[in-house]
Amino acid sequence: MKIAVVKYNAGNVQSVIYALQRLGVEPLHTDDHHEITTADKVIFPGQGEASSAMTYLRDKGLDKVLTSLTQPFLGICIGLQLMCRHSEEGDTDCLGIFDLGVKKFEKGIEGYKVPHMGWNIQVCNQSKLFTGLTNPYLYYVHSYYAALGPETIGTTDYIVPFSGALHKDNYYAVQAHPEKSSTPGQIILTNFLAL
Amino acid sequence: MLTKRIIPCLDIKNGRTVKGINFVSLVDAGDPVEQAAIYSAAGADELVFLDITATLENRKTLVELVREVASKINIPFTVGGGITSISHVSDLLNAGADKVSVNSAAVREPDLVDRLAATFGSQCIVVAIDSKQVDGQDLVHTHGGSRSTNLETLGWAREVENRGAGEILLTSMDHDGTKSGFANTLTSRLSQALTIPVIASGGGGTTDHFVEVFTHGKADAALAASIFHFNEIEIKELKDQLQAANIPMRI
Repeated sequence: MKIAVVKYNAGNVQSVIYALQRLGVEPLHTDDHHEITTADKVIFPGQGEASSAMTYLRDKGLDKVLTSLTQPFLGICIGLQLMCRHSEEGDTDCLGIFDLGVKKFEKGIEGYKVPHMGWNIQVCNQSKLFTGLTNPYLYYVHSYYAALGPETIGTTDYIVPFSGALHKDNYYAVQAHPEKSSTPGQIILTNFLAL
Repeated sequence: MLTKRIIPCLDIKNGRTVKGINFVSLVDAGDPVEQAAIYSAAGADELVFLDITATLENRKTLVELVREVASKINIPFTVGGGITSISHVSDLLNAGADKVSVNSAAVREPDLVDRLAATFGSQCIVVAIDSKQVDGQDLVHTHGGSRSTNLETLGWAREVENRGAGEILLTSMDHDGTKSGFANTLTSRLSQALTIPVIASGGGGTTDHFVEVFTHGKADAALAASIFHFNEIEIKELKDQLQAANIPMRI
């Protein structure tokens, strides 16, 4: 099975690669259009800043590649946010796979720190991505969130309920870091590889 | 609901854990990876590795250790100790560390915090603050708590937040090693004044101390070393009791 991990300027992806290796998969970390298009599965990970990430993706022509794929695709953390229509971070037009806006968590609300950092419950809908899981604790680190929408398949509550996971056709996305989310995270990655 | 985090800290010297830990199941008491795996399985929410030698020669050893931990452990971990430069942080993050913590170097060169946050993102930059009371004032100390500065702890915490720190690891030198409870008043002052998470460290000896640091202390996370190493408090039992005390825990 050929797994492509999309290479772009969105921080450290080593943890995702290690997590896949623990599942017995040796992924290809690449920005090559052909390698991505011909992969069996594509993972779009990362942490970073939306506008510089989108500029990089457009410069490399990856925006068109990523939005025209037909194989199972998984966005993680900022990957999920970049798959939405628009992000308040740097007022950035994103890939638009999900017709949702990405907003910044309101600061200064008593009892809530920003970033949302740590383990939180995700209430999961029926989805192949969540087979074997019921409302798991997952590890989150983020200051922006995707609103709820018809494509939401997992809901997490922090200040407001937001899209913890999204699904449309072959495109899946999770806001938490499955690669850092202990056993539940491993199950999500295993389920994705089995799609 | 976002849970409060329990964080064991492992002291590292030459790539090995010091203060050997007291688990019967442990094959090699000095193997940080094996210890990390035990803590992870026991329900630790994150881990901190503190390089207490932190010399130039040990830099490579530490990066190798991070690589090994990251390849085997599936919970987040922070690495700290003697970090002074962007290139060092880059090596550690690329090896798979989730966050790095800076302490003395940030005091010496506050601008380092801005540059680290701008380069790697605030979410992976922890500023560790060692605080000690001097004439009734909470003052920042550096070099493992041995050198006093004129910086007032809360003011310094505010400054590093403004400079882009993503989290504060607050160690009370007055409470550290005493097992008499965390510095709840100071922790609460910081936690309420800042919008970023605060990890409390120093003084945790009983389950009640952890309850207090999350309630009175308003900490987002609590860190401890020896009580976990010597199995004086079992992580799973601690988390069960905290949950019973209505503190949100990942069980």
